[in-house]
Amino acid sequence: MAATQQTIAAVQETEKYKYGWQTEIESDLAPKGLSEDIVRFISAKKEDPEWMLEWRLKAYKMWLTQADQEPSWAKLDFPKIDYQDAYYYAAPKLGDAPESLDEVDPKLRETYDKLGIPLLEQEMLAGVAVDAVFDSVSVATTYKKKLNEMGVIFCSISEAIKEHPDLVKKYMGTVVPYSDNFFATLNSAVFTDGSFVYIPKGLRCPMELSTYFRINEKNTGQFERTLIIADEGSHVSYLEGCTAPQRDENQLHAAVVELIALDDAEIKYSTVQNWYPGDENGKGGIYNFVTKRAACRGKNSKVTWTQVETGSAITWKYPSCILQGDNSVGEFYSVAITNNHQQADTGTKMIHLGKNTRSKIIAKGISAGQSNSTYRGLVRIQPKADGARNFTQCDSLLIGNKCGAHTVPYIESRNPTALTEHEATTSKISDDQMFYCQQRGMNPEEAVSLIVNGFCKEVLQTLPMEFAVEAQKLVGISLEGSVG
Amino acid sequence: MALIEISNLHVSVEGKEILKGIDLFINAGEVHAIMGPNGSGKSTLSYVLSGREGYEVTQGSISLSGEDLLAMEPDARARAGIFLAFQYPLEIPGVATSTFLKTALNAKRRAQGLDEIDAMEFLNLVKGKMKELEISTDMIKRPLNVGFSGGEKKRAEVLQMSLLEPQFAILDETDSGLDIDALKVVSDGVNALRGPERSFLVITHYQRLLNYIVPDFVHVLVGGRIVESGGKELAEMLEAEGYARFENTKAA
Ligand SMILES: Nc1ncnc2c1ncn2[C@@H]1O[C@H](COP(=O)(O)OP(=O)(O)OP(=O)(O)O)[C@@H](O)[C@H]1O
Ligand SMILES: [Mg+2]
Repeated sequence: MAATQQTIAAVQETEKYKYGWQTEIESDLAPKGLSEDIVRFISAKKEDPEWMLEWRLKAYKMWLTQADQEPSWAKLDFPKIDYQDAYYYAAPKLGDAPESLDEVDPKLRETYDKLGIPLLEQEMLAGVAVDAVFDSVSVATTYKKKLNEMGVIFCSISEAIKEHPDLVKKYMGTVVPYSDNFFATLNSAVFTDGSFVYIPKGLRCPMELSTYFRINEKNTGQFERTLIIADEGSHVSYLEGCTAPQRDENQLHAAVVELIALDDAEIKYSTVQNWYPGDENGKGGIYNFVTKRAACRGKNSKVTWTQVETGSAITWKYPSCILQGDNSVGEFYSVAITNNHQQADTGTKMIHLGKNTRSKIIAKGISAGQSNSTYRGLVRIQPKADGARNFTQCDSLLIGNKCGAHTVPYIESRNPTALTEHEATTSKISDDQMFYCQQRGMNPEEAVSLIVNGFCKEVLQTLPMEFAVEAQKLVGISLEGSVG
Repeated sequence: MALIEISNLHVSVEGKEILKGIDLFINAGEVHAIMGPNGSGKSTLSYVLSGREGYEVTQGSISLSGEDLLAMEPDARARAGIFLAFQYPLEIPGVATSTFLKTALNAKRRAQGLDEIDAMEFLNLVKGKMKELEISTDMIKRPLNVGFSGGEKKRAEVLQMSLLEPQFAILDETDSGLDIDALKVVSDGVNALRGPERSFLVITHYQRLLNYIVPDFVHVLVGGRIVESGGKELAEMLEAEGYARFENTKAA
């Protein structure tokens, strides 16, 4: 307790230095480890209202009762995580919150520039609004004003908790309750930031909303929480990009994303995940345990998940759709690339509750090096889901012969009028294709990148244009060294 | 020094000797034709030149402008100017023909120290070439060779060749599968590339092609050996007589 208070005091002291960051940005850290004090510390730092603190504490208490029970059903192999050996709060020391982009720390701006994130107003033409999260604190939100005028709320979750408590209370935890699973429970207790989006009735959001998350601080876990609500008849496309610098330690990332689509609303959520995957010997890299779920609550609503997963040492992620509204549609498009010693266990769940609900799953897994990639998917059709339809296609591509690809589809149909279709293929890049490309002057890495991009095309083309280009490059980069 | 010098080339595939001592010099600007019965080793020669895996050179050498070609990786050979129009072109699912062409062209440009080609410039260039080869421009949006007819695949090979402007092009039965009109169009495309710096090795079963692409030399390959060489009249003779009179040589 004393240590915590000292830290708080130290933090308050350093926060007075408005321009104390000409060189390296220092971090504002909570002490290592997880305890009720830490949860309270985080809550205080976030200036949570009382109800939020209570929610966190409930989650924390629940997590304590299961602290030994990480889910173990996934095909993943990693040493036990010591949850007391991580920091749960890290904020760049910024002084007061920036009012406009001009006030944002130039060092941060530089980092974002390197990542190619269009933060500057002049790039508004690109039609991208970015809510940038540096470690745990949202440092800049662009175009907020413009979006505000249209009734769109696009801000950090912390701000939403303060400014729009009714919306947050009404929806947060309704798709992923704090008791949902081990990592979601942990997140609920200690989440530090993330995005909040509300699209008002009938509005087609005129720009892509985008968040770049970046873990910068050594030994910090990042626990962001995102909540997107598309009100009746509205439409939004949201892109989440992730990248993390190289560290030898494994870092934990346990995010929660909740999407809610009301009647006739549509949400398109795209992720390009490029967290540090560890080195070629499997040292370091992000442990990515993420709970993403969408509720297609209204009739005729639609949610599309697109993910391009190239990074992380371990990926544990199943963006899902609960198809409650009649005629609602859930789609999942996924590319998961593993190289060297990476492991990915990823897929989706489509839960059909309403009548004539439809779902489509296109999953492409590419394994190289000594990596392992598993597609794990569940299609469940409940008794009332008359006329439900699912189409699932899982394709695996192997590069070399030390890697593995696995497909674990579960189909549970409790309605005789439902139709499900499942197709799966496994193939290798053929020597003949490689030779053909090389005969045209491409080096082996270019050839692999081209062939793999072709293999993933159906998924990549669902990404917004500007990100599709980035994703194509990533595909090539992440497979570097996979061919000799 | 000839552009391509093949000396006493012996090649085995899976332990079986297919080429049994080939000597062939090709000067810049020359067109050489190779004819020979099925299984005589024509495609094998084209693969050894282009560096496909699985073809073991047990004796002999190949040089390109005096450099040891066999020491180069297949992609380096391609960038050095060797092009193979495949007898059986490969399908690359999901990769638009235009993407493939652009990637190939940029690989070459990079090797030459040039910048990547501008998108508009590229489109104009390709469309121009497609028009010459009477290829419908829809084709560049389709995945390379996927669902292409036999003739379309062959035309796509020639399209790639005219775009990449290689120094030495090997055409392995590019005429088979082409209808009579296409044969003419494709031959015109090849002839348009002929010049004092560029050489061709044209593998074919049919003398007819050589009426359009008139060769400087014709070689007869039987049983992994060149059993006779001559001018274009040799092809006419083969067309009339077949390979019967070489059967003895083959057995030897
Ligand atoms: N991978 C292989 N394994 C075993 N034998 C092979 C292999 N590749 C080629 N051969 C053999 O080598 C010989 C020469 O084949 P090649 O394809 O060079 O003939 P070709 O002259 O091009 O014939 P065609 O006119 O039918 O195209 C054939 O007997 C063929 O079966
Ligand atoms: Mg052949």
